[in-house]
Amino acid sequence: MKEGFKVRSKLEKIKAEGKKAFIPYIMAGDPNLETTAERLKILEQSGADLIELGVPFSDPLADGPTIQKAAERALSSGTTLKKILQFLSSLKVEIKSPIILMTYLNPVYCYGVERFFQDASKAGISGVIFPDLTVEEANPYISLAKKYKIDTIFLVAPTSTFDRIKRIVKASTGFVYYVSITGITGASLKLDSTFQKHIDTVKKAGKPVCLGFGVSNAEEAKYVSQHADGVIVGSAIVKAFHESPEYARDFIKSLREAI
Amino acid sequence: MGKKRGYFGDYGGRFVPETLMPALEELEKVYFKLKKDKVFHNEFEGLLRDYVGRPTPLYFARRLTEHLGGAKIYLKREDLAHTGAHKINNALGQALLAKRLMNKERIIAETGAGQHGVATATGAALVGVSCDIYMGTEDIRRQSLNVFRMKLLGARVVAVDSGSKTLKDAINEALRDWTTNVRTTHYVMGTVFGPHPYPSLVRFFQSVIGRETKKQILQKEGRLPNFLIACVGGGSNAIGLFSGFLPHRDVQMIGVEAGGKGIETGLHAARFAGGAKGIFQGCLSYVLENEDGNILQTQSVSAGLDYASVGPEHAYLKDTGRVRYTYATDEEALRAFELLSKFEGIIPALESAHAVAEAIKVAPKLSKDAIIIVNLSGRGDKDVQEVARIKGGD
Repeated sequence: MKEGFKVRSKLEKIKAEGKKAFIPYIMAGDPNLETTAERLKILEQSGADLIELGVPFSDPLADGPTIQKAAERALSSGTTLKKILQFLSSLKVEIKSPIILMTYLNPVYCYGVERFFQDASKAGISGVIFPDLTVEEANPYISLAKKYKIDTIFLVAPTSTFDRIKRIVKASTGFVYYVSITGITGASLKLDSTFQKHIDTVKKAGKPVCLGFGVSNAEEAKYVSQHADGVIVGSAIVKAFHESPEYARDFIKSLREAI
Repeated sequence: MGKKRGYFGDYGGRFVPETLMPALEELEKVYFKLKKDKVFHNEFEGLLRDYVGRPTPLYFARRLTEHLGGAKIYLKREDLAHTGAHKINNALGQALLAKRLMNKERIIAETGAGQHGVATATGAALVGVSCDIYMGTEDIRRQSLNVFRMKLLGARVVAVDSGSKTLKDAINEALRDWTTNVRTTHYVMGTVFGPHPYPSLVRFFQSVIGRETKKQILQKEGRLPNFLIACVGGGSNAIGLFSGFLPHRDVQMIGVEAGGKGIETGLHAARFAGGAKGIFQGCLSYVLENEDGNILQTQSVSAGLDYASVGPEHAYLKDTGRVRYTYATDEEALRAFELLSKFEGIIPALESAHAVAEAIKVAPKLSKDAIIIVNLSGRGDKDVQEVARIKGGD
């Protein structure tokens, strides 16, 4: 039986073509949702295969300063999970790349977990990543995601043991998100000697593996793309859009070409 | 403990980035082993006796009792423990665990009032590991004495200038540090909060308060008390005291949260009065949050109670009705702070003054043979400057 939904089939297709997926991340509502619409279009035009869209949260404990500040900008323009879902439902421009929503759990919990999956599905969300949801606590979320045909993506860390990797791979229908470093988003990429062996263990489990955290330029993207089915770039893109929007498009294209 | 691992009824669990999960699993294993580890116990109990100065006294507050004209008020004198608060029980336990059982060379902690930071820095100095303490810049300002103490003890104090610049932001930063350095570092969570096993582990180290108190009150009065009163920030001093009496259904318990400037103003930290269920900093509990799930800023004169969530066991005890939760406002706490100083010659921590404030309300309504035990969780030296500032130096 075929497993997974849109995120998975997109990744399988890219793999069959002998290519690697490029997955850029931006924060929804940074600095407002109108800008987010423009940026989604830029990401797609620049060759994004899938797009990771962040939901701002007041206490993003897995994120470094770049994404924390983006979340603060988004929150101060009044961006909420509810508004993001409405925004995606009524998006005028069509975004063909599957959108993956990355959100801390509490906004989802307060929204109502089933209602969230229902509305996310209506809004065309293809996948979800909850950075603070462990596989131990994940069962209700996994079954609702299946019900509404949304892919689940769980994170594997360099510290994850073999037993945990097995559980995480099983829980992930879209792909496995390989966290490259023990650290937070936007930290510098320092891969230790056990990296290749560890990520190979994850890949052997047979699901697509995409790598993120700490990938900040084309050179790094090129290097890590050799070890994974796709590369996720977050903080560097958020920073480019915020600090020098006129060069953001070129920067994103350079990442695309490198992967 | 509920049916699901790491839960108290519906509350608790483990909601953290995957990077930390192997460390939490290891900590859980060490915790279960440690409960039966005689060598560890002998060392820990020896230190509690000779270094911390336990058992701390249970003191009959005669003048306060006479002034209020009702129930007899006893104070459990955690303020007399080394470093001036109950925090040392847990910090020392975890420092010892990090060094002896987990071979970590570094410990980190968050701190609000600075008491847990001082206690952790003390534990680090005692067992010989390096120590970094995360503290919000607003708390650094109002607890400057404790900042200096931590530095004297050889710890590095890392200022956290994000968000509300208080305890919750210090916890975010400490968790980010732990995520980065998890292989070499143990995170000394200061209260019965966060991901499993912390709420149980911290309870284990603080339960000495309840065990001692029970023995002491039986010696002094030959019976159990009618009421226990403790302040509740994260809730470790309260759990420490309550845990010794939970099976005794006749002993009523009151947890006192920070009412700040009053619930109606929204400027408070009373999670049970103004919060809802939420998932925050590692566990499911009551949280002060808006309808979109973002965490609200809290306010209290007392840095140690100025926090948006509360230990999951407290959430469970509230729902079951075993403990009654109420709050004291800044003003009530400040009045209690002065009253206890004048009538007993004991300057309480502003946190503990919240518990005293509740005793002031409850005692006069009770008969003279009723017994109230207040957990005097810390001493107030650290607060004297801030109180002087608030009073305008008069």
